[in-house]
Amino acid sequence: MVVNLINVKPGSRVKVIRIQGGLGVRQRLSCLGIHPGDLMAVQTSAIMQGPIVVGIHGNKVAIGRCVAAKILVEEV
Amino acid sequence: MKIALVGQPNSGKSTIFNHAAGYKAITSNFPGKTVTYTVSKMTFQGVTIEIADLPGTYSLTSFDLAELETRKYLLRENVDVVVNVVDAALLSRELELTLQVLELNLPTVLCLNMIDEAEARGIEIDEQKLAQLLDIPVVKTVAHKGWGIDELFENVIKMKSNPSKGKIPTLSKDVEDVLKGLVGELEDKNYRDKFNVPLRFLATKLLENDQYFIEEVKNIDVGFIKNIKNYQKALEQCRDRDSDVVISSERHHLSMDLYEKVVNLTKPKMELRSYLDNIFMHPIWGYVSMIAILYLFFNFVFYVGNFFEEPLLDFFYQFLPYIEDRMGANTLLFNITNGIVQGLAGGIAIVLPFLFPFLLGLAFLEDVGYIPRIAFLMDAFLHRIGLHGKAIIPLILGYGCTVPAVMATRILESERDRFIASVLTTMIPCAARITIIFGLVAFYLGPKAALFVYVLNIVVVAIAGKILSRLLPEVTPGMIMEIPSYHIPSLKVLLAKVWLRMKEFIVVAWPLLIAGSVALSLLKYWQLESFINKLVSPITLLLGLPAAVGVTLIFGVLRKELSMVMLVQALGATNISTVMSATQIMTFTIFVLFYTPCVATIAVLIKEIGSKRTIFAMVFTFFIAILLATATRLVY
Repeated sequence: MVVNLINVKPGSRVKVIRIQGGLGVRQRLSCLGIHPGDLMAVQTSAIMQGPIVVGIHGNKVAIGRCVAAKILVEEV
Repeated sequence: MKIALVGQPNSGKSTIFNHAAGYKAITSNFPGKTVTYTVSKMTFQGVTIEIADLPGTYSLTSFDLAELETRKYLLRENVDVVVNVVDAALLSRELELTLQVLELNLPTVLCLNMIDEAEARGIEIDEQKLAQLLDIPVVKTVAHKGWGIDELFENVIKMKSNPSKGKIPTLSKDVEDVLKGLVGELEDKNYRDKFNVPLRFLATKLLENDQYFIEEVKNIDVGFIKNIKNYQKALEQCRDRDSDVVISSERHHLSMDLYEKVVNLTKPKMELRSYLDNIFMHPIWGYVSMIAILYLFFNFVFYVGNFFEEPLLDFFYQFLPYIEDRMGANTLLFNITNGIVQGLAGGIAIVLPFLFPFLLGLAFLEDVGYIPRIAFLMDAFLHRIGLHGKAIIPLILGYGCTVPAVMATRILESERDRFIASVLTTMIPCAARITIIFGLVAFYLGPKAALFVYVLNIVVVAIAGKILSRLLPEVTPGMIMEIPSYHIPSLKVLLAKVWLRMKEFIVVAWPLLIAGSVALSLLKYWQLESFINKLVSPITLLLGLPAAVGVTLIFGVLRKELSMVMLVQALGATNISTVMSATQIMTFTIFVLFYTPCVATIAVLIKEIGSKRTIFAMVFTFFIAILLATATRLVY
């Protein structure tokens, strides 16, 4: 089932399906190794609408809520 | 011979640079601290090498100031060898940049840095195979320990007689065909000479919709944009994705493919530090530990500074009566000598004792890698004032010195965010103002009062941020930030970094402090001081400060420490508390904390945000200073 990254519980593994949003967001995510088709682990999320931390290709990336809302993923 | 270090943020370029050229560039464990390049000369095996440490860049597409700077440098300066520094633990991702560097068609050496880190994570890299696949030399290093650096430079020098520009792996056939088509058209148009870049590189960037190159093409030939759009469309039809995604996915697959060919994965070592974030980034314990860490830091600075300030001051002031005796109180010579002693005493006894522990503590937090964790924890709060988490990095650096902090705002994506963050940064008490808070408030009114000043400052910065983001209502682009792994800092590097920052203080500030003190002595001697004080009297009257303070406020614009160092002299008392009440000390500190940034900051602000906005920042902060200091006078 394809869901929004913000709706995924910490601890799950997901596959990136599509990145919505403009050129800037797409490029910044791709620079940190997040592309459609990649697997990532959702690690923690901060309180009060804070960012979500994902593990990807052996690295940690913090993604703000409004960016995470543009990433569609599928739980694996 | 001219070489350039290119690599993704936090891959260790500056560490290699410092190892080769002596400690000249600030290194820290968070992405994006190098925002402009540093150049230095070194000699290796009899060859003189000019080495440039370029800002970290994730890709060579220009959508960020640091990346544009790096790319421009590579295209403009005729670099003999590019050293592509890669964090070996993140090889699969960092190879994407390597592939772009190879497209520049320059002699290249690949440096797999932090190889120990990669091996601890179970990543074993066959560097010979990688060298063979890319057709460039590959060297393994551990820069902070100095391992492999000699071998790296040996390979760089060999490039002189035997340059290898590497081979660029081809993309999937359908994508490659589109790319080749565009390259052909660019060739017909003779763009190689116009842009001075390899056409394959240019074509890839145009397909990725690189704004800088698109604009350049528009300037030369508006009609050609249509052809480019057609090629972009052709790519979109290939894969049913935007053309930039098609290119970046292709590069991603090529890197993954290379990665799988050269890496042998073994079991990673279990390490304590992989669990640290369970606490430091925890929704509750993260904040508890952050407050505890900052509180400890504050106390460390206070106790170390306090321990040294008084004995050092006593040491300097014991000379004054003796000199006065010998020279006579009213001679010009005594006034000058007195100025020099006061300036020296201020620099050594008041400023240094607090500056050193502060810079050491900051360097420690930076090198361990704790700063990005603070950015993560603070993101939600910064959103309330219209910024995002990464903006905390310039703000924290602002506690060191405002000048590099304003430059660090370049890590923010939007111009509006950079402007707001720059203005807020000028209000953060820098090391100079910290010495005023500690040397004056903490020293005379106690550590609790100093802590109060800090908390008040944070509240004011937050409110100011809120006001500015209301004035410029625009949605901040969300945060996307790498969280690097923790590193144990080396004491040598920490001290080198503290020394580099202190040197700036000693070389620039000390002469100014001494010159300022002497100038004040002379003003007093010729009785011109009262004239300046009269000019500033509207402010001193409003704030209820002694009129003699006026002159220190003027000089404080040169260097903020000058305000305090000169205060002792202007008031003619070594113990401030005998001539100023607690309220006056507090009012003075609050005013100095916020009013107009120092000249060095003004200069960097003009460069970063333009002169109009700089004037706004000066007026805005001055207004806040007057408002708060008046309130302090009435309430405290």
